[in-house]
Amino acid sequence: MEKKKILEVKNLSVGFLSHGKKMNVIRDINLDVYEGETLAIVGESGSGKSVFTKTFTGMLDANGYISNGSIMFDGIDLATLKKPKDWLGIRGKRIATIFQDPMTSLNPLFSIGYQISEVLRIHHKLSKEEAKKEAINLLKKVRIPDAEKRFNDYPFQYSGGMRQRVVIAIALACRPEILICDEPTTALDVTVQAQILDLIKELQEEYKWTTIFITHDLGVVANVADRVAVMYGGQIVEYGTVEDIFYRSAHPYTWALLASLPQLGSKEDPLSYIPGNPPTFTSEIIGDAFAIRNKYAMRIDFLIEPPMFKISETHSAKTWLLDPRAPKVEKPAIIKNLSKRIEQVSNELKKEIENGGEDKHE
Amino acid sequence: MNNKDNTPVKYVDIHHKSNDRNVLVSFQNVRISFKHGIYERVIIDDLNLDIYKGEILGLVGESGSGKTTIGRALIRIIPTSGGQIVYGDEEKEVISGKIKKDRARNLKTKIQMIFQDPSASLNDRSNVDYIISEGLRAFHLYKDEAERLEKVEKMIRRVGLSPEHLKRYPHEFSGGQRQRIGIARCMIMNPEMIIADEPISALDVSIRAQVLNLIKEFRDERGLTVLFIAHDLSVVKYISDRIAVIYQGKLVELCPADRLFEAPLHPYTKSLLSAIPLPDPSIEKKKKVIVYNPQQHNYTEEDPADFYEVEPHHYVRCNLEELAHYKTILKSMKEGGKSE
Repeated sequence: MEKKKILEVKNLSVGFLSHGKKMNVIRDINLDVYEGETLAIVGESGSGKSVFTKTFTGMLDANGYISNGSIMFDGIDLATLKKPKDWLGIRGKRIATIFQDPMTSLNPLFSIGYQISEVLRIHHKLSKEEAKKEAINLLKKVRIPDAEKRFNDYPFQYSGGMRQRVVIAIALACRPEILICDEPTTALDVTVQAQILDLIKELQEEYKWTTIFITHDLGVVANVADRVAVMYGGQIVEYGTVEDIFYRSAHPYTWALLASLPQLGSKEDPLSYIPGNPPTFTSEIIGDAFAIRNKYAMRIDFLIEPPMFKISETHSAKTWLLDPRAPKVEKPAIIKNLSKRIEQVSNELKKEIENGGEDKHE
Repeated sequence: MNNKDNTPVKYVDIHHKSNDRNVLVSFQNVRISFKHGIYERVIIDDLNLDIYKGEILGLVGESGSGKTTIGRALIRIIPTSGGQIVYGDEEKEVISGKIKKDRARNLKTKIQMIFQDPSASLNDRSNVDYIISEGLRAFHLYKDEAERLEKVEKMIRRVGLSPEHLKRYPHEFSGGQRQRIGIARCMIMNPEMIIADEPISALDVSIRAQVLNLIKEFRDERGLTVLFIAHDLSVVKYISDRIAVIYQGKLVELCPADRLFEAPLHPYTKSLLSAIPLPDPSIEKKKKVIVYNPQQHNYTEEDPADFYEVEPHHYVRCNLEELAHYKTILKSMKEGGKSE
């Protein structure tokens, strides 16, 4: 069964001008997004994941520009749109974004109700009363208790998790085809995070949109994603289905990301981490960007950039380790038995999760 | 523990013995409140907690639960309004409320703090050398410039940076490096205890481990006592010896770290556990998050909630009815384990 592509990114490069210097922050990305799926983009801060998705809504900073490539969305090449007017029917309406910090994406001077109905009045041309009714419906959809009462409240009267729900409601108002979630839960507590993730998933089932989910936390990815793209140094270094990435990952960077999760740590050995820092783009990157932090790096990694090797229909990785001439390397033990390890870590926990809800005492 | 005859034991009954040398910090009926005009909001009410010497105690709760307030009260940033905090292993002294100025000053060399946001807690306008040695200067802990520099260089190497970094400014470092500067600044005072207030929440997952490992190493090397505050149980599990779970200013469960994951009893602890994202899509996709409802308890005036012992070293906030229920759960767990 051929799935329909909703977004097709080809050879995309993005540059930034800073102090007269050119920096290539996105370097030649190819990626397809299919209709109705949840694609997670994973990477450390500075890997370019936010910049990459900002090109979909034309929100690059003033000194950034698309230097090469195309982004096809429903017959329109988003990379060629320049004027704010061209974006009007797309940004917010067909491709919406939820940002990390809900306090900065809401205007503190307007009431929550006003900010939601504003969207409805502008995009759907509803009257004030109709907009209010619809806005209250939306607030109920995102499970704000007492929606009617809280309609006139201001953002500061809402908690962090509630604010994020409001932002989701605003995104919902336009029935977008693509919803970009840029680290929507990083600023939240774990319990709230879990609830927000559940909410996004539920609403997605109802409204059938496509989600692009940006995060640095692989634990979150396992929860939400159908497919995963791992980004490093402005490139996608590995992509595949969520099972490919978690059970059959091939890129050393993905291994390192998985191994550094504290959920997998045991008391006896120190937690593993990725030494060094991500590349800064101020000087040109030669060879594999991850080579200097990679303990599996070979000489060729410092000289020539590896191509994308196809592992299966759904799974590809950009590392010389997959070249037939490369020596066989063993994955770190902690990842090799990932599922076993998690079972060990969470055996008791799993039981609790499965029947914990019912275990209420009389 | 006199648990054989099944009489309920409260946490307060067996703690706060006047001179237990293993206890470094003891919160005794501590109450913290904020006043605004005639309004008073009680954040922490009747907190009883002992922190042992050389342990890492994880303090977990959601935002607004008062976990940061507890840490701040300990280093006297926030005053307590009731009860007392007792500090010291050999010689005990009360460190809350009104104490002599020189005692308060002295205390600052013994207890140090690592803050959450490394970019906000380091002074932008001073170089790393100054940031790290500020405490040394304030307390005149060196003979001459050469000794000070030697101390600073030794410490910066210890946290994995190099002496050439000393002339740089905080903005030139990444988040993980900045947090290591924060740790260097606090460890150079050679404290007996540190309070780490969500030291890794603002960091990427890939570099969190560096900071966690560093704190753990310092503990093993120097017998440091650590109060580690976090909102995520998965982080705390790796680093702590014991975990205290706090909900709306009250401890709800206190237990050795491993045991808490094996046998969580309080519904809030369970809800926290269920919220940990596991890096396995097959488990994660069918997971259901438990939401804790504080109204689900059946606390009455005749049977009020208190902090009871369920098994040795494992305390839960519950009333007598729940206590009996929890004990049967543990018992059936034990028997189930044996038959397997």
